[in-house]
Amino acid sequence: MNAAVNPCLDIRSLSAVLPNGVRVLRSVSLSVQPGEVRALVGESGAGKTMIGKAVLGVLPPSVRIVEGDILLEGEDLGRLQPKARRTLMGARTALIPQDPLTALNPSRRIGPQMTDRLVRILGWSGQRADIRIRQLLDEVQIRDPDRVTKSYPHELSGGMRQRVLIAAAFAAEPRLIVADEPTTALDVTVQKQILRLIAQLQREHGTAILFVTHDLGVVAKISQKVSVLYAGKVVEEAETAALFASPQHPYTRALMAATPRYTNPFASLKPVDEAVLAGLASEIAAADQAWRRPHG
Amino acid sequence: MAEPLFSVRGLKVALPDMTRKPLIGRAPMAEILKGLDFDLPRGSVTGIVGESGSGKSTLGRALVRLLEPSDGSIIFDGRDITHLPEAELRPLRRNLQMIFQDPMSSLNPRRTIFSIIAAPLRQNGFGDNLKGRVAEALQRVGLPQSFASRYRHELSGGQRQRVGIARALALSPKFVLADEIISGLDVSTQAQILTLLERLAAEMGLTVAFISHDLSVIRRLCQQVIVMREGAIVEASATDALFDNPQQAYTRDLLAAIPLPEIDADWLLSAAKTSP
Amino acid sequence: MDDGRISRHGSGAKLWLAGGWLLLALLAALFAPLVAPQDPLAQDLMFERLPPFWMSGSEPGFWLGTDSLGRDLLSRLIFGARIAFVVAFAAALAACLVGSTLGLISGYFGGWADRIISRVVDVWMAFPPVLFAILLVAVLGTGLSSVIIAIAVIDWTRFCRVIRAETMGQARMDYVENARIAGYGRIGIMLREVLPNVVPSIVALLSLEMGIAVIVEAILSFVNLSISTDDPTWGGIIAEGRLSIHQAWWVLVFPLITLILTVLSFSQFGEGLKARFDPVLR
Repeated sequence: MNAAVNPCLDIRSLSAVLPNGVRVLRSVSLSVQPGEVRALVGESGAGKTMIGKAVLGVLPPSVRIVEGDILLEGEDLGRLQPKARRTLMGARTALIPQDPLTALNPSRRIGPQMTDRLVRILGWSGQRADIRIRQLLDEVQIRDPDRVTKSYPHELSGGMRQRVLIAAAFAAEPRLIVADEPTTALDVTVQKQILRLIAQLQREHGTAILFVTHDLGVVAKISQKVSVLYAGKVVEEAETAALFASPQHPYTRALMAATPRYTNPFASLKPVDEAVLAGLASEIAAADQAWRRPHG
Repeated sequence: MAEPLFSVRGLKVALPDMTRKPLIGRAPMAEILKGLDFDLPRGSVTGIVGESGSGKSTLGRALVRLLEPSDGSIIFDGRDITHLPEAELRPLRRNLQMIFQDPMSSLNPRRTIFSIIAAPLRQNGFGDNLKGRVAEALQRVGLPQSFASRYRHELSGGQRQRVGIARALALSPKFVLADEIISGLDVSTQAQILTLLERLAAEMGLTVAFISHDLSVIRRLCQQVIVMREGAIVEASATDALFDNPQQAYTRDLLAAIPLPEIDADWLLSAAKTSP
Repeated sequence: MDDGRISRHGSGAKLWLAGGWLLLALLAALFAPLVAPQDPLAQDLMFERLPPFWMSGSEPGFWLGTDSLGRDLLSRLIFGARIAFVVAFAAALAACLVGSTLGLISGYFGGWADRIISRVVDVWMAFPPVLFAILLVAVLGTGLSSVIIAIAVIDWTRFCRVIRAETMGQARMDYVENARIAGYGRIGIMLREVLPNVVPSIVALLSLEMGIAVIVEAILSFVNLSISTDDPTWGGIIAEGRLSIHQAWWVLVFPLITLILTVLSFSQFGEGLKARFDPVLR
């Protein structure tokens, strides 16, 4: 009963500050329903990666959460003991990272790196983990799992490495996956294959995904809901189809006009208007002032 | 004058393949460019597009002779520069400029912006009135004069790339190579840098080779396009012809793989045909 | 980035402490005749083995006590600092000049130059440094210049290795290609583009090397291979103090503390300078 009403991930008014007092997340609220892909889109410094890290509990030590809650399937992560939290996160969440090369240990073979999590955190037997990994490698269309599991990361192409990491992410049947710019380092043709794989596995496994990206094109193709971020603030939130049909916020419109489009070259690649940036700046300043009042 | 600025014939470049270097002795040579033929007409902007490993950056480095070709010929402005030694290239450098992909790496961290922009001027016999010339270069790319005394790390990504452009154009060169100059930038900044380059190329009558992996950007900026794959030219033609009527399956795949910012439910399901 | 700021705060305190001690020691050395309360060589058996000022039996004017010949320990330490600093500056500078130049050439040009220089460094480093130093001084004869030469001859490899690695890293950066595009030649690029980027490492290493030179000089003095005259050296004082450890511990302990503080300060000072004044580290 409860599970039906609870969103998979619910972030409520999350604020985080740097040691110098600057807010890097400004009262961010968003939720991801079970089995839904929510895109977080924004330019560098928008805080999109920060939100992903906050959800997974891996914020850098200099960033401090000062307000707000993160609920995973109704459970408030802030109230859990660190160990209980780690166990819960290990079982129910996973990450697809941006750079598949640095995310893998260069001196270990692929196979053990993929089964590690299943064996160590979830306590599976080695054999069961092996079978599971093979199943997943098959799902991400890796034809010769024997060769791949015995390889070292540098022996695989970028696309292959990202497939491996996608397989590893889905292996433990997490409820939520944070995908942090998973295709940014890839060529377009490979990007398309990887996006398709993520969408397929997501649908088949009913996994919710928080999909962090800077590319509105990727947002349009992969997500059902989208939050547009600027300077750590959600400036617009909508169903993806609605956002592209009629963007409401001037910044969203400016971002769309700036995104290159070969089908319409002269309507795209428009620099963001000064007025839009000024509007954003005053919006942020007003939000900060309103926030500071009750917080001293 | 109908003669093209660059005339490239049968261009081959081989580089040592360090991944197959034996423990003792030299690495075997791997052929990165496998015989390219093309011209760059004067005053044109040519897009060079391809995925990683296509050899597009190697081609760029051969054009400005940071690399020496192993075979074929590069005629620049009526002169064969294929095998010119470094010392004889130096007088030609003022007309063979380059804007780098990553200004974080291509601008010396311990030099001021003034010193960075002044370097090519000083080295090519324009050492008089350096202040005025650097000021002009900064103004050309829309940076305030106060930036002259700053360092690389005090600038944003877009500003750094403007410095890269200012340095490359300080000498009013005939040719500029732009190697993935916007791939590290946010979209809003990308648009600014592109419009800047577009305007300056037209104003100064530059011949530009614009290397990119992004076909959308190339369509906007370039008059002709060279599509590369695995060290060879797949297709080369005028921009509109290439986009409206691509002749090669690979070009069509590349176009189909671009996720456009518009809703298209079928896009993810449509498979790429030739790529494995 | 914020972690960087924090560590810079830490390095600030280190820089001031280390710099303060070095400045104090340097001033004392420069103005030794004015600062030292006594003549460092004056013997007076009436005053032999006086304890430091806070112990009973001490005499005013002999702050850190006297040795077994009645010579004032503080004055001897101050005059010893002169030799320590001369050796530190001269030997470290010489080692730095030779090592950094070869390291820069080796790292930037690569090829044959690199192969030859690297081989020489490998062979050089196979010798145990202290034995090498003793051997050198034995051949060159004792004396200040022999000590300086010995240290420089042994320790240039430290500079060479570090600067070579740094240079190789810098030479791969795009700004080196960018300088070729601007029309610079190889040597111009090495001096104009690469050198400024390895200077912070050279400075840090130079300071570290000064500390090492102080130690090596002390070791050579300790085994009586440094300065043949009666001039006090820290190593010499330590050697003498060792003999009277049971009667006058202070003759051993104070020079040891001075030596350790100085060596530590040199290494911290170099790191602090690098962290604080390098525009790239902010």
